[in-house]
Amino acid sequence: MRVLRGSLMAAVLLTATPTLAQAEDYTVGLLLPYSGVYAALGEEIDSGFTLALEQRAGEIPEAEITIVREDTEVKPPIALSKTRKLVLQDEVDVLVGVVSSGVLGAMRDFVHQSGTPLIVANAGNDDATGKRGSPYITRLSFSNSQVSRPMGPWMAEQGIESVFTLAPDYAAGHQMINAFTEAFEDAGGKVVGQDFTPFQNTKDFGPYLTTARASGADAIFAFYAGGEAISFVKQYESFGLAEDVPLHGTGFLTSSLYVESQGSAAEGVITSLHYAPAIATAENQAFVEAFSAAHGRLPSEYAVQGYDAGQALVEAIKSGATDRASLATALSEVQFTSPRGPVAIDPATNNIVQNIYIYKTVAGDAGMTQKILGVVEAVRDPAQSAQAVQ
Amino acid sequence: MTADLSFWAIQALNALQLSMLLFLLSVGLTVIFGLMHFVNLAHGSLYALGAFVGVTAAGLAGSYWAAFVAAPLVVMLVGILLYLTLIRRLRSAGPMNQVLVTFGLIFVFLDVFSIGWGDIALGLAEPELFSGRTEIFGIVYPTYRLFVIGVGLAVLGILAVIVSRTQVGAVIRAGVDNDAMAACVGINVERVFFWAFCVGCALAGLAGVVAAPVLSVTTDMGTAILIPTLIVVVIGGLGSLKGAIVGSLMIGFVQTFGAVLAPELAAILIYALLAGVLILRPAGLFPARG
Repeated sequence: MRVLRGSLMAAVLLTATPTLAQAEDYTVGLLLPYSGVYAALGEEIDSGFTLALEQRAGEIPEAEITIVREDTEVKPPIALSKTRKLVLQDEVDVLVGVVSSGVLGAMRDFVHQSGTPLIVANAGNDDATGKRGSPYITRLSFSNSQVSRPMGPWMAEQGIESVFTLAPDYAAGHQMINAFTEAFEDAGGKVVGQDFTPFQNTKDFGPYLTTARASGADAIFAFYAGGEAISFVKQYESFGLAEDVPLHGTGFLTSSLYVESQGSAAEGVITSLHYAPAIATAENQAFVEAFSAAHGRLPSEYAVQGYDAGQALVEAIKSGATDRASLATALSEVQFTSPRGPVAIDPATNNIVQNIYIYKTVAGDAGMTQKILGVVEAVRDPAQSAQAVQ
Repeated sequence: MTADLSFWAIQALNALQLSMLLFLLSVGLTVIFGLMHFVNLAHGSLYALGAFVGVTAAGLAGSYWAAFVAAPLVVMLVGILLYLTLIRRLRSAGPMNQVLVTFGLIFVFLDVFSIGWGDIALGLAEPELFSGRTEIFGIVYPTYRLFVIGVGLAVLGILAVIVSRTQVGAVIRAGVDNDAMAACVGINVERVFFWAFCVGCALAGLAGVVAAPVLSVTTDMGTAILIPTLIVVVIGGLGSLKGAIVGSLMIGFVQTFGAVLAPELAAILIYALLAGVLILRPAGLFPARG
């Protein structure tokens, strides 16, 4: 059913009053996984994106936005052919979406060569706004090293001297761990051991957790997401490691999307991420209220990424962009206040510049919530190479 | 790497726990294979169904034990439904058709899970009785994992007694050994098949609900476990209880100690083991028929 809905052309008219004479039409290709292992993330980003367009439609009354949804199925070749279809047949003005970095890698050259602006709403591979960057690709989500790097100095400041790292054995796992390791060792800490577990093939983390404890490290730093994160956090808790090696990591470990499934096992886990529903700003409170009213639960970082992809599009249209080229330029210059704080696009990389929050997951009145321990403001990635963005 | 004895003891328990989980799954599959010559690729989906039914039952009744009872029963009922509607018709259709139909069932189940339970990963809380950790022989180990090992050993014990000591067991062994001959001496082989299939499904459901508190409950959990389970069955030899237990132990220990000693090889070790066994013993270690 989701497949069907995803692949159907859904013409959604979001204008308030298209009465002005010079009505501008925009077609948006929303390219997300509506089936497969990341279907939940696709739905979440879609919800955030449509919420942003609904809320801010009044600011661009002359714009008529049509959304065409396509399902990537998390399969690079399928995603590429859907991209071609959106660009060549539907003639979209802008593409939005992409959860998997593998999918983004497959689409990159076609997007770049066809000169279609792409707003990346998840895929965190460092290279997408680095070595394989493009002036047409603007990332409104995060980069892998951006979310894990700030944790290095922070943990060192807490007096943690040695760390054991754990992550799944694929690009994102390596990028997050490498960025953390570099930052932590620069700050005087030492990574005493690391394991990369077979990606999506590891059910039992017991052997790795036992090894991590035996390493004598002061703490664990881990990156897992989705089903693996639930298994990992629950198994960590069941082995009673909290006293010996407290669990740290990137916030995907205890995402609000599934932290309720982890329950009390997630209590006390300290993570860094670009968003947490507990951020105490007026923008975030309004966003949390609007999202919760529509979906009956708290928004996750994925929802906020979709929301900000929508906001970036609105900002670009407001600035007067009308076609692919002007949209691409406008998108790489947007800045606005997001539920996650002030955000801007770094002209050197086309990646987002944003706050990274370090927080502890705690039990609240209505389920699990976060206690913010620190904020690292305006985190930007180093430009990876000169030819990155021409 | 540490030389501490308790480290290795905990790793051995980790391996045993994984082995028992694989055993619960593979024993049902191997008996269905051996007895019915039937290739049920949807066995992993029944395992996932057990976990999902468990989550729902625990949510409704507020207790893990409701899930523990409901999951095997519901999965067995679904198994009976599958038997009556599809599998009985496919009995004489040849292995290729069986593979295709049960492969198709995997996708049907995936969508059923996605529609019924959503795409967000779920979790199931451990029962109060077995939460926390227990100290045995100076080793502190999660109590629930000991419970998993206990369930596996209990099922193993019961099945071993039934297969080797009872008349039902004799009938099953006769059916696996030579079904035509068994039918000639007056055994209703088809009915034996039916009950063996039901028990196999119930065990898959049991494995699902027992695994759920340790793992996360996701729509693709059944497909992820299918390959290790098939490897256990192939290594052990089709249709053999002894093969299922030895195969499970081998895979459980190789996977666990592989992860500890050679983490970069962890992903391929079980396939290497499979290849090695197939080269030396093409019919598996303990084939049910000689």
